[in-house]
Amino acid sequence: MAVRVEDAVPVEATARSAAPPPGRRRSLRSVVEIVLLAVLLVVMLFPVVWMLETSLKEGRDVYAVPAKLLGFDVTFDHYKDVFVQRGGTGASDLAVSFQNSVLVAGLSTIIATVLGVPAAWAYSRFTLKAKRDQLFFILSTRFMPPVVVVIPIFLMYRDLSLIDTKLGLILIYSAFNLPFTIWMMKGFVDEVPSEYEDAAMLDGYSRFEAFHRFTLPLLVPGIAATAVFALIFSWNEFVFAVFLTSSEEARTAPPAIAGLIGGTTIDWGLVAASAMVFAVPVLLFAFLVRKHLVAGVTLGAVRR
Amino acid sequence: MAAPDSTLQPAAPLSAPPAARRFGWLGDRGLAALFISPALGLLLFLSVFPLLWALYLSFTDYSVTRDVPAQWIWFENYVDLLTSDQVHQRAVTTAVYVIGAVGLQTVLGFTIAYLISRRARGRGLMTTLFLTPMMLSPVVVGLFWKFMLDAQFGVVNSFLNTLGLGSVEWLTNQRLALLSVIVVDTWQWTPFIMLIALAGLTAVPRYLYEAAEIDRASEWFRFRRITLPLVWPLLLIAVLFRAIEAFRLFDLVYILTNGGPGVATETLSFHVYKTAFLGFDTGRASAYGILMVIVVIVMAQLYLRYLNRLQGR
Repeated sequence: MAVRVEDAVPVEATARSAAPPPGRRRSLRSVVEIVLLAVLLVVMLFPVVWMLETSLKEGRDVYAVPAKLLGFDVTFDHYKDVFVQRGGTGASDLAVSFQNSVLVAGLSTIIATVLGVPAAWAYSRFTLKAKRDQLFFILSTRFMPPVVVVIPIFLMYRDLSLIDTKLGLILIYSAFNLPFTIWMMKGFVDEVPSEYEDAAMLDGYSRFEAFHRFTLPLLVPGIAATAVFALIFSWNEFVFAVFLTSSEEARTAPPAIAGLIGGTTIDWGLVAASAMVFAVPVLLFAFLVRKHLVAGVTLGAVRR
Repeated sequence: MAAPDSTLQPAAPLSAPPAARRFGWLGDRGLAALFISPALGLLLFLSVFPLLWALYLSFTDYSVTRDVPAQWIWFENYVDLLTSDQVHQRAVTTAVYVIGAVGLQTVLGFTIAYLISRRARGRGLMTTLFLTPMMLSPVVVGLFWKFMLDAQFGVVNSFLNTLGLGSVEWLTNQRLALLSVIVVDTWQWTPFIMLIALAGLTAVPRYLYEAAEIDRASEWFRFRRITLPLVWPLLLIAVLFRAIEAFRLFDLVYILTNGGPGVATETLSFHVYKTAFLGFDTGRASAYGILMVIVVIVMAQLYLRYLNRLQGR
């Protein structure tokens, strides 16, 4: 079971009401706590709000000193610039990179899922030689510093002429998401009793069919959650993207957005707008899988 | 004729095999191999093989830009690196960064989790809001903050000016730059610690507190003797996980300061990048990378050992 934060709320509520009636010191204390939480929340959310405001401001308001928190004219020009070429009608370079990101993140997630789910099932069901060591080895590949891995990958891709191709990125992202998929899915498979498969096999199904017809349908919600996380990881990835691609045709969104600050003058309105366009899908997806966040962000290692 | 039929028919589906037993030739052993080997194959091809290649290169003076065959130079790269003052400096920077950032995140994250766990209502909503920074790409986070910390028109300096304090060069001041990177990393990853601490806090059985209440145990005693010991193992996992991630840090530095001013914010990862992609000293960079991998493996072993213990219970 993944931890469900919301589940604990009613328990807490009843426990609170069962406590002795709050005295004056208690209520003062809880006021202090609420204020502290509110301040922390404002600090944590301010940068996001500020970026949203910046993306909607006109050029001169973006650089206004002192900064304008409220009372600026709202414009969607920056968002238009993200998708449409300035002064033209074609798709902008950023729009192309967003398309690439969708393709690369989507395909690498599919590959990682197709390879990872059966492997997770096998690791969960069978007694294999040094199973624990194998699983730990798989997870530790995910811990390698990307900057270090990218050096030999760069040389390898140069020989295989995969440099600056979407295929190259898809492959490396699949390998990068596979350990996560296996660990995360193994947790979900462990929750499905293996007796279902035993029963199916008594009925005359083969082991493969027992997996395919009985266990797999039960795993679908888990597969969906795992895939969403893999999608987020690939979508957000930067290091491999910036070193393994250079042309507009292959570049994904993170290096493209980072490239906006390379020049002498930086159009922060455009940077803000493209960052928002880039971040909003992630936040939406993260909201969908919020029940599995603990397992997801620890690469499937922590679950209870 | 009708009577025997009605007695026989219900039994028929039971005796006949319901499935044709397709894939019956596939035994457990074969199935396990079939399911696991593609995954392991991809990992070997794109994770293990590159590392072995890097290991080979680390013993040579290979450079991507030169067309000369690599020369085997044994441990020269390693000796150079381990005795280099530059590398020592980067190691110190990285250590300051890891300890500072992870320490701050732990304190802040646990505080927020504790405060949230004491609230009766709105926990789900608050948790979701607090988690926002964590889901963003480091690129987006780096850009957000680079803009906010800008010395001329950044909103942070704008606030300071309104309060009558002077402008501060957050990212270009020799002393402040590393602190700024630590603050940004803390902003992004405090929610991570918070999320896991909250998971630990909500898992503490209620009856322990009730028993303590009956014994009239003080609030501090309850926190010290019940909350902390039960949350600590999970929190430690989160801290180790963050430490590994922080040790590998690259993207935030790349976006925020590009290692500068001077080398004030150059972490080990960033130095590896400079050696490999700006200095084209591939052999040396590989050796550097292998040394980093060794540190990561040690840290990961620690992490996995604790994880093992936690799961074993």
